[in-house]
Amino acid sequence: MKRKKIVIMLACALIAIGGIVYAADHMDAPAVKGQTTDITDLYVFQGKNTNNLVFVANSQGLLAPSATSSAQFDPNTLIQFKIDNNGDNVEDLVIQAIYQDGKINFFGPARPSLTGTRTKIEEANFIGSVAVTPYGSSNPIVSTGAYGIKFFAGPRDDPFFFDLDQFHAILGGTATGFNNPGKDTFAGTNVLSIVVEVPKSLLHAENGKINVWLTTSTKEPSK
Amino acid sequence: MKTLIKNYLALILVIACLASCKKNSNFPQSPYFDQADQMGRPAINTVFIGAADKDKFNETIPTQMPSVFGAEMKTSLLTLNPGYTTNLLGLTADQFIGVLSTDVLNASTTGTTTFYDGTNVLTGRALGDDVIDVELTLLFGGPDGSANPTLTSDHVNGNDVPFLTDFPYLASPH
Repeated sequence: MKRKKIVIMLACALIAIGGIVYAADHMDAPAVKGQTTDITDLYVFQGKNTNNLVFVANSQGLLAPSATSSAQFDPNTLIQFKIDNNGDNVEDLVIQAIYQDGKINFFGPARPSLTGTRTKIEEANFIGSVAVTPYGSSNPIVSTGAYGIKFFAGPRDDPFFFDLDQFHAILGGTATGFNNPGKDTFAGTNVLSIVVEVPKSLLHAENGKINVWLTTSTKEPSK
Repeated sequence: MKTLIKNYLALILVIACLASCKKNSNFPQSPYFDQADQMGRPAINTVFIGAADKDKFNETIPTQMPSVFGAEMKTSLLTLNPGYTTNLLGLTADQFIGVLSTDVLNASTTGTTTFYDGTNVLTGRALGDDVIDVELTLLFGGPDGSANPTLTSDHVNGNDVPFLTDFPYLASPH
């Protein structure tokens, strides 16, 4: 197929698919755009200590430096890593993080009392907390909780990189391809990060594999 | 006199409201949280799900995603690339959507963790992984990755600042 035709199809696709195609998960949907619940990215990778796995939850993206000090974690937003350890894509374990009084409290990895989209804090499985590192602090505040699990929470550079502007131009029909070199739309922007490093042995993975998804949930109003 | 009655009624209303507010605050807070956003692999909701369904996608559990969104995602794939046959992984459109439509991030607990490094496929996601180039190549690159060469890489090959070698790994904010 000719390139030009592909580009035209792409432009049509954008209109068909609707709206702006946005990045990794940054501002992906109307209900979360600009909210404390807006996930930007999930990372899962082996730690420097290869007995550990690192889980990263980034939210509230595209923060300019000038906007970063006022970005806050929300006591009404529960952040969860949901972990399937037997291949059925249902969460067998959750690691939960929620803000309270300047710090983030962590729970798990615990079998959740509820699976699915309605959830509650697994209070009995509190494993520790970490003070939120303030913007402008020269060193990240790190703490270690139960089972040797390590915690961090605070603003970080957004590790995501993508020439999103050129992608938009392609989809909009004003460009036919990416430039070389491209320009990272996320350069110079920050996110609010939660980083947890967990011994792999706590994850009880069958066949050496897990499936992970990151969720944010909003506290139900008082009745 | 009329004004006086009006004010009096207004005062009663205010008191009633305050009383009810106070009463409400004595009720126990709900222990429950409702899901707002979710993500497994990068850019799935953003690229494959239509504007009208993006919130719904965020509130659908992974096991239900293929039946609820599989057809829509396949349409998106074939709209984005009408010439799609198979990709570098040898997946047909149905097979590719079969993998993507359950939006979870697969991760190995026994070895290398990477989105794709030329050898390992979907064994995690490291900070430096060029996930966009991987996805563009799988979408547009055809069976050997060489089709549509202007669309298979954004030529941004890494982050703007280096990552840390130690916890918390992510770089300090700008």
